Amino acid sequence: MDPIIETRQLTHVYSEGTPFRHVALEGVDFSAMPGEYIAVIGRTGSGKSTLIQHLNGLLKPTSGEVLFDGGDIWSSKERTHQVRFQVGLVFQYPEYQLFEETVYQDISFGPKNMGLDKEEIDRRVRQAARFVGLDDGVLDKSPFDLSGGQKRRVAIAGVIAMEPQVLILDEPTAGLDPSGAAQILENIRAYHQEKNACVILVSHSMEEVAREAERLVVIDHGHIPFSGPPADVFAHGPELEKMGLGVPAMTRVFARLRAMGVDVPASVYTVEQARDAVLSALAKRGGER
Amino acid sequence: MNDIIRTENLTFRYTTEEGAAPTVLDGLDLSIEAGSFVAVLGHNGSGKSTLAKHFNAILLPSGGKVYVDGMDTVDESRLLDIRRQIGMVFQNPDNQIVASVVEEDVAFAPENLGVPSEEIRTLVDDALKTVGMDQFARHAPHLLSGGQKQRVAIAGVLAMRPRCIVLDEPTAMLDPVGRAEVLSTVKKLNRERGVTVVLITHHMDEAAQADRLIVMHDGKIVRDGSPKEVFRDVEGLRALGLEVPQPVALMYELRRSGVDAPLDTLDADECAAALSKLLS
Repeated sequence: MDPIIETRQLTHVYSEGTPFRHVALEGVDFSAMPGEYIAVIGRTGSGKSTLIQHLNGLLKPTSGEVLFDGGDIWSSKERTHQVRFQVGLVFQYPEYQLFEETVYQDISFGPKNMGLDKEEIDRRVRQAARFVGLDDGVLDKSPFDLSGGQKRRVAIAGVIAMEPQVLILDEPTAGLDPSGAAQILENIRAYHQEKNACVILVSHSMEEVAREAERLVVIDHGHIPFSGPPADVFAHGPELEKMGLGVPAMTRVFARLRAMGVDVPASVYTVEQARDAVLSALAKRGGER
Repeated sequence: MNDIIRTENLTFRYTTEEGAAPTVLDGLDLSIEAGSFVAVLGHNGSGKSTLAKHFNAILLPSGGKVYVDGMDTVDESRLLDIRRQIGMVFQNPDNQIVASVVEEDVAFAPENLGVPSEEIRTLVDDALKTVGMDQFARHAPHLLSGGQKQRVAIAGVLAMRPRCIVLDEPTAMLDPVGRAEVLSTVKKLNRERGVTVVLITHHMDEAAQADRLIVMHDGKIVRDGSPKEVFRDVEGLRALGLEVPQPVALMYELRRSGVDAPLDTLDADECAAALSKLLS
């Protein structure tokens, strides 16, 4: 299988030729497969926002290439335009970008720009609303009458309504309470599974990325030092701490246990895995007696 | 007991054009002891930010009373004293920084309060030192990281020498390092300087570090106790749309599988110690 989106030797330099020159990305090779669920982790200022803004053509590489479905996204104006519909980007705190009179109009903004007919727009708006758990009654309301969590879901629906093959979300759960955060993650998972879309989640919560993503991509100082399944990446605990990232709470608990000489696996990163590991250690101990 | 903040039957309703006024705070009786570290949890819309805004008279009660160090918050003649006692820090650091140099930003409040300039120098240096930002005194705030900006915002509040700091989700926009910086600063202020801290947060691991934990739901206080007491009730908190720290969640899962695990392991160290006991 070929990547749906890919960067080759991507370098981005801000304020080139001024004293503020800053190399945000340097020779980055990033790729995502169709239907893959990836989480991008890195400190503020590590370059992760710069990377995702290249994936849908909001930023142009200083050097290197960005390929969508095998073709350079900058090969023509028309191509760049089309890629922006195929690679949907949900910014941080997207609820501040709502502007239409009704929720329906807000969600239909993207599909309208794609030049779709009215019926198709209607189908997409309703389906996107359903994906994010908004019922039909909300569609005629003003987005400004909704709660913060609901507004955020409207903003995500607006991107989902374009039915992008790649859905990128920059910290979609920041500032939400635990149940609001869990709901949004569930909505994203539903879109990922039903549309077989590639999801790229940017998050500061190691627990969240451990639970949601199949693969983690670590960004540090404009480079990708590690990438792989959560178990592999979290095995680099000390390096991650040095980058200011750390490991999930359960990984930390199990590292302590191992340091105490208790025989438990090192590759634990969710509560469920931790429970199973403890239960099997208990069963083993029972068997020895 | 010496209470820095006390509410009596505090009720708050927003008034709307139609006159229909949803009740946001519903008859709260709450006392916050001077020198304590209190965390407030609750889902979005539970009333916790509205409550915080009553603590320094940004909002005034629709019914009932709020006293700050014995001063009634509706007494306009005491407004300045109240705001000097209770400093507020909000979620977005970029909305709280006003000057183009860090030390000028920190000096903003004492300057406005008419403090003599020699004294301002001492206040600013001391505040920046306390939050560990003294080496950035002459830097431009917009070039700092999120955690550093929040520490400057805290220093700006500290320069008024308040007895209490109220922080409304100060770490929501920060990365893990920024979060840790802000939390350790807040704890230091509480432990070493005796500043009362009220921390509103969605992060269970932050709430677990307070002395006292208050849970709000539909404008009422539904739980009030030490973090160990409150987090034991895993199912009750989940029903309120909240979570428990993961070390507690693991113990809860083990108990459901029939293992006699303790539910009071709030952090990784306590959890590892309890598990090693179980497995030895």
